[in-house]
Amino acid sequence: MVSADTDLTYNSKIEGDVIVSRADAVINWIRTNSMWPMPMGLACCAIELMAVAASRFDIARFGAEVMRFSPRQSDVMIVSGTVTYKMATAVRRIYDQMAAPKWVIAMGACASTGGMYRSYAVLQGVDRILPVDVYISGCPPRPEALLDAVIRLQEKVNREPSARRLFST
Amino acid sequence: MPSEENPRSESAVTAFKARFPQVADRPSLDHPAVNVPASDVPVLLKSLKEESGFDMLADLTAIDWAEGASPRFTVVYHLYSTARHDYIRVAAGCPDDSAPAMPSITSLWPGANWHEREVFDMFGIRFEGHPDLRRILMWEGYPYHPLRKEFPLAGIETPLPDLEVAAETGAGLEPAPMMGGPFVASPGQINMTEAEPRAKDESWTERHEKPNP
Repeated sequence: MVSADTDLTYNSKIEGDVIVSRADAVINWIRTNSMWPMPMGLACCAIELMAVAASRFDIARFGAEVMRFSPRQSDVMIVSGTVTYKMATAVRRIYDQMAAPKWVIAMGACASTGGMYRSYAVLQGVDRILPVDVYISGCPPRPEALLDAVIRLQEKVNREPSARRLFST
Repeated sequence: MPSEENPRSESAVTAFKARFPQVADRPSLDHPAVNVPASDVPVLLKSLKEESGFDMLADLTAIDWAEGASPRFTVVYHLYSTARHDYIRVAAGCPDDSAPAMPSITSLWPGANWHEREVFDMFGIRFEGHPDLRRILMWEGYPYHPLRKEFPLAGIETPLPDLEVAAETGAGLEPAPMMGGPFVASPGQINMTEAEPRAKDESWTERHEKPNP
């Protein structure tokens, strides 16, 4: 979207106050660069999630630094940790309270598959109750892996037909 | 190190056993241990706490000796003396094997409250006199007690605690895929390649049956 080639960028002196683009491109550009995470920190993956927000890894470079602890203000739920059956219903209820459009990142082995917890108490993958967009492997994943997931989610959102979904009945 | 003036709890335990004839010795590899009748637990623990110096309840747990054994359930208390730095183990068998119960000791140690709730949750032992005997780990209405011997580690199919979420997602508790697990290293193996869990045949899953040898 952003190019160093000045011929391709917007020049207000020539073109006035009008930009011509596709609605999808504009909407997705806005969405991808301000994905506010809902940190669903359930276990040790949440520690890595904190590191991602700190200065060394700095998720702010991708516009996702605004951790909202209210589901109503967030766009992407990062499920970081072991989801027990007791917690699963709460996770789903929080997801239901998020305003659309919303996405889910399953961070780490536990959130993706249950991980090493082959047990009566642990949900074997959060995708049984939520539509997961990106899975991250690792136990726990490196912070870079979460950044990679954010980038991949941005790529995925950029491919979405957002305008059709918004403006069609 | 215990000094001559302050020997470890030997004399206190001996005096305790002499005073209460219903206390029996219990085989133990480490700390002094005794078996006591369930109905006398509050009295005996009170005596241990106030007269024998075991002032701290270090742990409260239970054992399931499996179906058929009697007593099937044994509640185990670990008491600690903060003055002598020594433990005593007190075990009491639950008289009823099908509806096990034990007197609560929350009046002696308030900290026993959640321990007893956990034992109730995991083993189904009711603690009589407990102020608030609810499940603590699993949710209200969960039909099983997971640490009982007959309960499989993988779990038993059960609906989710929240019926709305269960209806919305269609999810429920399913037995976890064990895939040849639980995944533990083989003990006593020097060769790490052979000791590791993956050295066992785990090529099969729930979908692909284990091949016959």
